[in-house]
Amino acid sequence: MKTFARSLLWLSALLLAAAVLSVGVGSVFIPPGEALKTLWGALRGAPPASESEQIQRVILMTLRLPRTLLMALTGAALAASGSAYQGLFRNPLADPYLIGAASGAGLGAVAALTIRYPSSPTSYLAVPLASFLGALLSVLLVYRLARVGRTLPVTNLILAGVAVSSFATALTSFLMINASGELRRALVWLLGGSTLSSWKPLVGQIPYTLLGCAGLLALAYRLNVLQLGDEQAQQLGIHVARDRTLVVMAATLATASAVAFSGIIGFVGLIVPHILRRTSGGDMRRLLPLSMVGGAVFLVCADILARVLMAPQELPVGIITALCGAPFFLILLRRSKKGLW
Amino acid sequence: MLLKVNLRSAGYDGENILEDIRFELPLGRILAVIGPNGSGKTTLIRAMSGVLPRVQGELFVNSTDLISADDAQRARLIAVVPQSTQIPPAFRVEEAIMMGRTPHLNWLGKSNGEDREIVRRTMEMADVTRLRERLCGELSAGESQRVILARALAQDTPVLLMDEPTSHLDLRYQVEFLELALRLAVENGKTVLAAIHDLNLAARFSDEVLALKDGRTAALGRTDEVLNAAAIERIYRLPVEVFTAPSSRQRVIIPS
Repeated sequence: MKTFARSLLWLSALLLAAAVLSVGVGSVFIPPGEALKTLWGALRGAPPASESEQIQRVILMTLRLPRTLLMALTGAALAASGSAYQGLFRNPLADPYLIGAASGAGLGAVAALTIRYPSSPTSYLAVPLASFLGALLSVLLVYRLARVGRTLPVTNLILAGVAVSSFATALTSFLMINASGELRRALVWLLGGSTLSSWKPLVGQIPYTLLGCAGLLALAYRLNVLQLGDEQAQQLGIHVARDRTLVVMAATLATASAVAFSGIIGFVGLIVPHILRRTSGGDMRRLLPLSMVGGAVFLVCADILARVLMAPQELPVGIITALCGAPFFLILLRRSKKGLW
Repeated sequence: MLLKVNLRSAGYDGENILEDIRFELPLGRILAVIGPNGSGKTTLIRAMSGVLPRVQGELFVNSTDLISADDAQRARLIAVVPQSTQIPPAFRVEEAIMMGRTPHLNWLGKSNGEDREIVRRTMEMADVTRLRERLCGELSAGESQRVILARALAQDTPVLLMDEPTSHLDLRYQVEFLELALRLAVENGKTVLAAIHDLNLAARFSDEVLALKDGRTAALGRTDEVLNAAAIERIYRLPVEVFTAPSSRQRVIIPS
């Protein structure tokens, strides 16, 4: 318990540091100390001391801060749902991206956008809902395809995930090619570019992410026991069918909320839980909160890199996570025979 | 009367595995379930622990009908030591055993001092105390089997079902495992039902024997009555010799 509190504290401190750095990085660099001072002034509502502070304040408050918060929220949602899927499928390679949830969510979101674009107020309601449905459908399909009797072999899970993902991605591309020019922006979004830096998407995402994450935290102990397998979990008094459905819903909602507002960002849900499981064990009551903070740290840092590497050009953050994640995934796949999930 | 089983039929949708299994087992007794592969031993344990989709008949522990009971209620009366020795690898041994307390804990699984005391005692009984900090993924099959036994004991139920509990154990732990079951039955009044392949272990540790064949009762009664050469030959279609070991006076069964 003590080590859990310490890890949580460390990760939170890391998140704070990354966030302060993140709001400073961009075409106009604002050093961390100055950024903090300006933010503090803006939050207190004090009048800006100088014209340069006025400019900094606009940059921070309307662009950088919402973007950083959006990345933190997205990272938390993806890493938490990754942990949950891994526990549920009893498989270290179950990541929202790999098992088709993210692509399904992307398809749902683009389908909703094709019908109604750009950002009308209803689209902020309809897009996450559509991505939730798309993600749910994909996860169920992958689960059905991969299951052999009572077991869920690793290779089947990955193959089914790849197949369903590709299919959903193809449909998404088809929709985008057929759509008008405005949807080109959707392509950038789909690659995980948080170019929609404003408060609107953040406000749209918060309720869905919070609901998904809170649901997962509430289900953490059920998820522990479900890891014993259906039969043993039931023999310990767990209502397996109901609890598993609840976990799938919560994890998929968290994934969909992230995808609907930040696009498809892969491997966050794979890397972060895996590292934390090694350091803090498999108990979901510890792993889920740590994954949320850890995922936020990871994605905020990836977003900093995305803005710095090719400056002044910005890379979609999904490229950064995939560049880190794909090699990591391959190493994991080689060792998965005796890996810790 | 503690455990009363009266299964008219049990199995999967469209497939009957067990038919007409009836027995009653008083407090503190050990029943060995024997029979050839595929005779329905595991299915009987699955039927009794509520994980089989279709079960018709009656199943009483004390006066509680387990067929209509909900999962948590059933889990407070019957614990199972399954054949599989798989435990989620990233949990520590103590955490895995604490999961046995699940039917007694709240939704979030919060344990109190009493739960921890029970877990401490069961770890001692199953001789896994020195493994408590180890990760389950690092255990040998025999160690895992003892951890799973400790988990089932932590469930603190009047009835304990064991499915081939000694299959991964070496000679010493096979004997110790079943001696522990015997002690629990005698001292704590637990009723134990164990599916056992090894007839010599069944002869040594059980009070009564239920022999299954093709999902039906082939023999049922006191161990010394059921485990005779003629009955075993009939059930397994293999001629055997039964004799008494010279020094321990124990019954020994070998294929002749």
